[in-house]
Amino acid sequence: MRHQLPPELNKAHQEIREIARGYGLNTFDIIFELVDYDEINEVAALGGYPTRYPHWRFGMEYDYLNKTYTYGLQKIYELVINNDPCYAYLQKGNPVVDQKLVMAHVYGHCDFFKNNMWFSQTNRKMLDEMANHATRIREFQDRLGVEVVENFIDQCLSIDNLIDQYSVFQTATNTQKPSLLLNEAETENSGGARRFQSKDYLESFVNPRSYIEEQEQRIKEGQDKLRKFPVKPERDILAFLINFAPLQSWQQEILSIIREEAYYFAPQAATKIMNEGWASYWHSTMMTQHVLKDSEVIDYADHHSGTVSSRPGQLNPYKMGIELFRDIEDRWNKGKFGKEYDECEDASEKAKWDKKLGLGRQKIFEVRRLHNDVTFIDSFLNEEFCEQQKLFTYGFNRRTGQYEIVDRDWKKVKNQLLFSLSNFGQPIILVEDGNFQNRGELLLVHQHEGLDLEYDKATETIKNIFSIWARPVHLMTKYNSQAKLLSFDGKEIHEKDA
Amino acid sequence: MITGIKRDHQRFKQIVKGKIKQNLKKYMTQGEIIGRQGKDYVSIPVHQIDLPHFRFGQRQQGGVGSGDGQAGTSLGQDGEQNGQKAGSAEGEHTLDVEVTLQELAEMLAQELELPRIQPKGQGSLSSQKNKYTGIHNVGPNSLRHLKRTYREALKRQIISGHYDPKNPVIVPIKRDFRYRTWKNVQQPQNNALIVYMMDVSGSMGDEQKEIVRTESFWIDTWIRSNYKDIEIRYIIHDATAREVDENTFYHTRESGGTLISSAYKLCLDLINKQYPIDEWNIYIFHFSDGDNWSAEDTKLCVDLLKSDLVPKCNLFCYGQVESRYGSGQFIKDLMEQFQDEDRLVTSKIENKEAIYRSLKEFLGKGK
Repeated sequence: MRHQLPPELNKAHQEIREIARGYGLNTFDIIFELVDYDEINEVAALGGYPTRYPHWRFGMEYDYLNKTYTYGLQKIYELVINNDPCYAYLQKGNPVVDQKLVMAHVYGHCDFFKNNMWFSQTNRKMLDEMANHATRIREFQDRLGVEVVENFIDQCLSIDNLIDQYSVFQTATNTQKPSLLLNEAETENSGGARRFQSKDYLESFVNPRSYIEEQEQRIKEGQDKLRKFPVKPERDILAFLINFAPLQSWQQEILSIIREEAYYFAPQAATKIMNEGWASYWHSTMMTQHVLKDSEVIDYADHHSGTVSSRPGQLNPYKMGIELFRDIEDRWNKGKFGKEYDECEDASEKAKWDKKLGLGRQKIFEVRRLHNDVTFIDSFLNEEFCEQQKLFTYGFNRRTGQYEIVDRDWKKVKNQLLFSLSNFGQPIILVEDGNFQNRGELLLVHQHEGLDLEYDKATETIKNIFSIWARPVHLMTKYNSQAKLLSFDGKEIHEKDA
Repeated sequence: MITGIKRDHQRFKQIVKGKIKQNLKKYMTQGEIIGRQGKDYVSIPVHQIDLPHFRFGQRQQGGVGSGDGQAGTSLGQDGEQNGQKAGSAEGEHTLDVEVTLQELAEMLAQELELPRIQPKGQGSLSSQKNKYTGIHNVGPNSLRHLKRTYREALKRQIISGHYDPKNPVIVPIKRDFRYRTWKNVQQPQNNALIVYMMDVSGSMGDEQKEIVRTESFWIDTWIRSNYKDIEIRYIIHDATAREVDENTFYHTRESGGTLISSAYKLCLDLINKQYPIDEWNIYIFHFSDGDNWSAEDTKLCVDLLKSDLVPKCNLFCYGQVESRYGSGQFIKDLMEQFQDEDRLVTSKIENKEAIYRSLKEFLGKGK
């Protein structure tokens, strides 16, 4: 797939690149590929990478994209990957104004990839790495058979969310985590309780019995702790399994590949709102201030509003992101921050507040470097913004069988939003014990924070982990506030109150 | 070359077909896929296959949205909501998988372990067909065989020493040309006629008809896959019989009594007039609740079957659909009379679950 851009688009690209640089956007080289609708669906099904390892799930995605495109239900606007150089795709036959919009948008994304802290450890040669993964897995399939390998990949993918999502500085290829190593320092005290030297007749005074017992108790506890495995509960369950599950070398390698890709994609999920917001902010700024010709304004406005529109009851990350960036820029331009502003109680004065600081641009560049969605929302979503954007929380009403608006209180909105973003809206699950009941069984613990796990999916997942661990697997969780221990012993699921 | 995604797509389709196969029994008894039938394919709804993850139950999980409205304002039904909740996984979608009738029949055969149908009188039923399998040295240009012609020319040039490997120009002359030619092949004729007969007297309810409909769908699918052309005729009867179209067949309800012989007579008449038995493989299916007007009429039926209908057809199937009103006597009479006749099959279909078994009984003989 090497398509030279036609002169007109090439010129537009040059122009947009210069404008982006002028604004201080700092990107990798960006290569735009012009592809037709079928190719874009192919590439999109593979997540933007021309070569991925063989797996039916990509075929399913392709099937879906193709059908929905055919029926006009869906169209891929932009597709860009975090790589150096950065590849992005334009669809053949789109109007030039759309292509420009996408280009400007992509410059925003690419700047974000390159500069946001959470992306700093991602592999910038992932395009090649993915192709390597494909080659390796294809080799395994040739050697061992398609279904054997595919089944194992299915099992791995079923737990690919069980990584330590926020350990950004943990490189994806490193599975040696401190918590997984036995702590040797604690073994030194194994010689029994320390006694002071004394004559026999003074023994019971110098080394009183209670003191000795206390000492012995402490040593025993230390040893118990030591015997615990892992020493501390571990969130990176994939790393744990790679290290300790009885896997063959090809299985180990596949699990490592799945884990590496999971870590690579994690920052994108962690910055969805920011990333889209940032890209939308920049396409909007560049297009309206520089790129647009008079004749293109209407089309541009139409498409832009389509991108940031939100149906009632849905939260559009593009919309949320761009509005919040604009709000931050405005607040820092006018000096609406800090102690003085926060303590001001006069609403009208607050509304008129303008210290003409002009710090907005600088601030949003800082924000795009340091934050992820959780800290972004936590730091900058305030009451005014919530009101302005008409945000609300909703919930499912069992009685009516419908989703309903629950509340408009901004603190609740913020909490709900933060909760749904934390850990990407996924349950937190840790390896508690790799030698449960001293029988080599695996105990996982779900840190319950108010939401139950979906039962069917959970039991299916446990079965998959069993196939990898090869000994019974247990999950400690809660259903309807009752602690439950779900176990799978290779034959059936057992459930008991705990 | 098949690109990566095309291969993944193929594999995915394969897996989906496997899913359908697994659940075929369910589809067979529910009849939900009838009506999703196109000309050559059936579209089957399959729940998207997905990889299980630890995740939160959807119901409990609220979310944040934006827009107008007060507390309590509805946002729509369950399921419409799954779109763009921040941070949550994408919604699930159902797939409509298109399966050709041929494939469906194969799955059916595997599931029910059906033997291939042996068309009757293979020798006697035959038709001629032209097959282009031969080669000749004269013929029309439209049938010219390029490869053979080239080979002949090459051979000739090498033999005569006109071939130059450095400049391998091959020029065919008239006697090099080869043409495709045809041969007459005798092919066993394979036409089939299916006659459905149904009792539409008052005692046959909607549920019974639904069973008949589901059952006949699968019978059609199977027989269609075994023969090149099939014709289907429908006969309904109460005290009198008449031929109807498919729609009427499934939607008529009369209130009268039942004379089964009327239908058998009409059926025999139809076959005698339009379907000479040495040209057609004939399948007759009769569904009733087993309540006949009189023992006399039953005797008439048995005679008709013995003397004419059974000898003429490949298979005669009687399906007795259980109903509250029927006495269910007819099946007993038939079983008694035709114990040794393997071209006549009877089956009791008590409810939808029994469709599976009864299909196996009907079609399991390989007739």
